[in-house]
Amino acid sequence: MSVLVYTESENGKLKKAALEVASYAKAVADAIGGNVTAVSINSDNNDDLANYGVHKSLEVSDEKLQKFNADAYAEVITQAAKKVDAKVVVISQSANAKYLAPLLSINLNAAYASNVVDVPKTDNEFTVERTAFTNKAFNHTSLSTDVKILGLSNNAFGLKESKAEMTKEDFSAELGDDHFKINVESVDKNTDKVSIADAEVVVSGGRGLKDPKNWGMIEDLADVLGAATACSKPVSDMGWRPHSEHVGQTGKPVASNLYIAIGISGAIQHLAGISASKTKVVINTDDEAPFFKAADYGIVGDAFEVVPKLIEKLKDFKANNA
Amino acid sequence: MKILVCISHVPDTTSKINFTENDTKFDTNGVQFVINPNDEFGLTRAMWFKEKQGATVDVVTVGDKSTEPTIRKALAIGADSAIRVDAEPLDGFQVAKELAKVAQDGSYDLIIAGRESIDYNGGMVPGMLAKLIGANFINTCVSLEVEDDKATAVREIDGGKETLTANLPLVIGGQKGLVEESDLKIPNMRGIMMARKKPLKVVEPVAETPLTKAEKFEKPAPKGEVKLVDADNIDELIDLLHNEAKAI
Repeated sequence: MSVLVYTESENGKLKKAALEVASYAKAVADAIGGNVTAVSINSDNNDDLANYGVHKSLEVSDEKLQKFNADAYAEVITQAAKKVDAKVVVISQSANAKYLAPLLSINLNAAYASNVVDVPKTDNEFTVERTAFTNKAFNHTSLSTDVKILGLSNNAFGLKESKAEMTKEDFSAELGDDHFKINVESVDKNTDKVSIADAEVVVSGGRGLKDPKNWGMIEDLADVLGAATACSKPVSDMGWRPHSEHVGQTGKPVASNLYIAIGISGAIQHLAGISASKTKVVINTDDEAPFFKAADYGIVGDAFEVVPKLIEKLKDFKANNA
Repeated sequence: MKILVCISHVPDTTSKINFTENDTKFDTNGVQFVINPNDEFGLTRAMWFKEKQGATVDVVTVGDKSTEPTIRKALAIGADSAIRVDAEPLDGFQVAKELAKVAQDGSYDLIIAGRESIDYNGGMVPGMLAKLIGANFINTCVSLEVEDDKATAVREIDGGKETLTANLPLVIGGQKGLVEESDLKIPNMRGIMMARKKPLKVVEPVAETPLTKAEKFEKPAPKGEVKLVDADNIDELIDLLHNEAKAI
């Protein structure tokens, strides 16, 4: 029996999420019996996967796959899964992985569970816990097909080192024109900023900041922490910040290590969207703001006074702890 | 252009989430149901294609009779006709199979669904549907234009956007950005009156077996009290984040 994990890379480098899904795949393999095979596409160096329990690395290198294409990537993973007779296929929940997952599911006649947060107990009792109702609840889902696909929620499992003897193998999938029917015309990616999905720390601003001109201090705080910036729904609705920064139930979910909410009162939809974050900090003038009920740490105070002080203190802290 | 908009009937975003029957079923008691927000952005975009490009717009849902007010609302917003597949939706695959039958019977050029429903958050129906009927698929779609049989779409990716082109037939997983929040339409009285006369066809399901089963639900454990730090004592916050939470 074998577990296949799709380990994503960007510009030839494995993503951190790739190491997390590899760690998780190892735990799944331990639970149901078997080894972990990884498949990667145009990744320059996969040595690190051996530190996270990967037994075999299938390495695809194909000029046609330079740009992400859901149908073609799903086909590569399908052929890899068939080659190693995978019983479970593990993917991340990046935008690309979520895009290709349903296509993969139909290709493999495999049940798919998204937003998974735990490991199935045994092969006979294949039930996983996943988040539902935008983190307002958990849902135990059983999968009944022979092959199963699990999409691991970002940051839900973490990195678990486990040394393995790893063999590498070049793998080329057979792809036809049919797999390239969607053309990527242009990619507009902010390369010098960390994305909300990949961020360890997210700094988020709300209506309490009063004006889009005041976002400088949010950006500064994010810079000190190496964080992504985000915002509440009203802020994106008013056009103060782009939609891509809106976090919450109808925006992006956040599962960072640290989430700092500044001038955000904490509507139920916002709190649902960020509840998977591990540590939450709120800074707000109103001590009755619902966010104080959801946060781990809070400061009742004026953001315009607190945030600049916080930035200075964090700079000192970073200098001393570098 | 023939457009099909797939509608999921979901609890309003402000709903309190509770479960019944030994935590195996969502408790609908006192819950207001709405058009899934991700679907509503797509429905509103479909109205634009109807007004500007003369498209016809059908809406479909998979659900029992209790979902009818939700699809009537889609008719009141301006869809031409509605289809209800008379089956209890049990998992994403089963719903995709039911929708695939409706899509094939109606030979649609463009099928608009939401990237995920806000209740089960499966995020799989649009992609499965596309694959089942052999149509192109674009997910997390935030902008969509159609010229003749060619679509240009913008897809949200982690940390940016990507512009894609594809031929019809096309299925999209839509979300906010397809139209602005302020473009969403509240049905007016005329729309509501007209919706009563518009056709709502109930079709028998193909009765596909689901691949997954929601066995049980649970709510997150209640949170501990917030630790308040004085606004003049930022050092304490940094100390807590570093030594207690190990977050920095």
